[in-house]
Amino acid sequence: MKKHQWGMIALGLVIFIIVVTFPFWYGKGKTSPPPQLSLDTPAIAQLKEKRCVEDTSFMRESHMKFLGTWRDGAIREGKRLHTARDGRVFEVSLSGTCLKCHSNKEQFCDRCHNYLGAKPSCFSCHNIPGEAKK
Amino acid sequence: MTTNRREFLKIAGVSTLSLIAPAIVCPAWAKEKIIPVSNFPEALSPSKALTAKRWAMAIDASKCPADCVDCIAACHATHNVPNFGNPKDEVKWIWKEKFAAAFPNESHSYLGKSLQQLQLPVLCNQCANPPCVRVCPTKATFQRQDGIVMMDYHRCIGCRLCMAACPYGARSMNYRDPRPFIARINPDYPTRTKGVVEKCNFCQERLAKGLGPACVLACKEKALVFGDMENPQSEIRLLLEKRFNLLRRASLGTKPQIYYIV
Repeated sequence: MKKHQWGMIALGLVIFIIVVTFPFWYGKGKTSPPPQLSLDTPAIAQLKEKRCVEDTSFMRESHMKFLGTWRDGAIREGKRLHTARDGRVFEVSLSGTCLKCHSNKEQFCDRCHNYLGAKPSCFSCHNIPGEAKK
Repeated sequence: MTTNRREFLKIAGVSTLSLIAPAIVCPAWAKEKIIPVSNFPEALSPSKALTAKRWAMAIDASKCPADCVDCIAACHATHNVPNFGNPKDEVKWIWKEKFAAAFPNESHSYLGKSLQQLQLPVLCNQCANPPCVRVCPTKATFQRQDGIVMMDYHRCIGCRLCMAACPYGARSMNYRDPRPFIARINPDYPTRTKGVVEKCNFCQERLAKGLGPACVLACKEKALVFGDMENPQSEIRLLLEKRFNLLRRASLGTKPQIYYIV
């Protein structure tokens, strides 16, 4: 029996390196364009000032943390109204407030979540207005 | 360089101070960036919301017609309670139970036909000393200031300790995705998902909007009375002072807040 089967070891190493580096050379030069989020909904078109509950940059970066504070505040402390920094007051409601303006969930929420591989479980319980008409 | 004992102690002292200083002085740049959300002023509660020190319900079961399910239908439609069509998976917030099952300690063979055949509406007792809250490992079930024993479905991990702890069987597990089994989804209230436990929430979402519980409003016989137990002038207190009433399994010490007039 040979002490070392160098050929087999080398072949195994080559296969291993090919498999590990596959995503890098397969995807080289390809770009996946960032999703175009649509704000074209009837509710947003009626707004005089196109402004979400808070600044766009803040919402884009931290909407998940923001919704988390809405969730905990509403359920555990009974805070059902949110006063934004500019003084406007909103009902704390995902289906009622967020999705009232962003009624195009597929073109807004889902496009970015799919692009980033984020899988929020909000809508396994919360209703999507319009879809609930069964 | 030689260090004597004195030099060494000086350096050690200064090093310790420099480590402690940021914690005491805490300059602005040393703080973690705080999300602006927590800086917002306390949100005002809507003035029309119904509030109480201690919510409770009185049920005059003698007023309940034998085959009436109005309260059950109203509750289950309001809260998107699924109907899986088999008793093993049954999800229930309010349901009917025979007197012997609801009051095992008060029941005996010679109680009289009318009581033995009575079908009482039963629901979560909203206990003042709730065992489900004590056992919940994630604090998904908690007690509000006004006594409502409420669930945060976001936190429920489906361990079912609360189901084991509840002596009234008032909690149900979603063993399957409930959505396909809801006849008509009420868009104003979320559904649940597979793997969470659910129960009656005393219509806290309706109280916040100034509406009474769905079962109370649905009852044509006015058999259900809802109110504040801490207010001596409330309808429920005046009613309970006049009529003999029972608590389900009061000897367990859970201090139920559903009072049964029999």
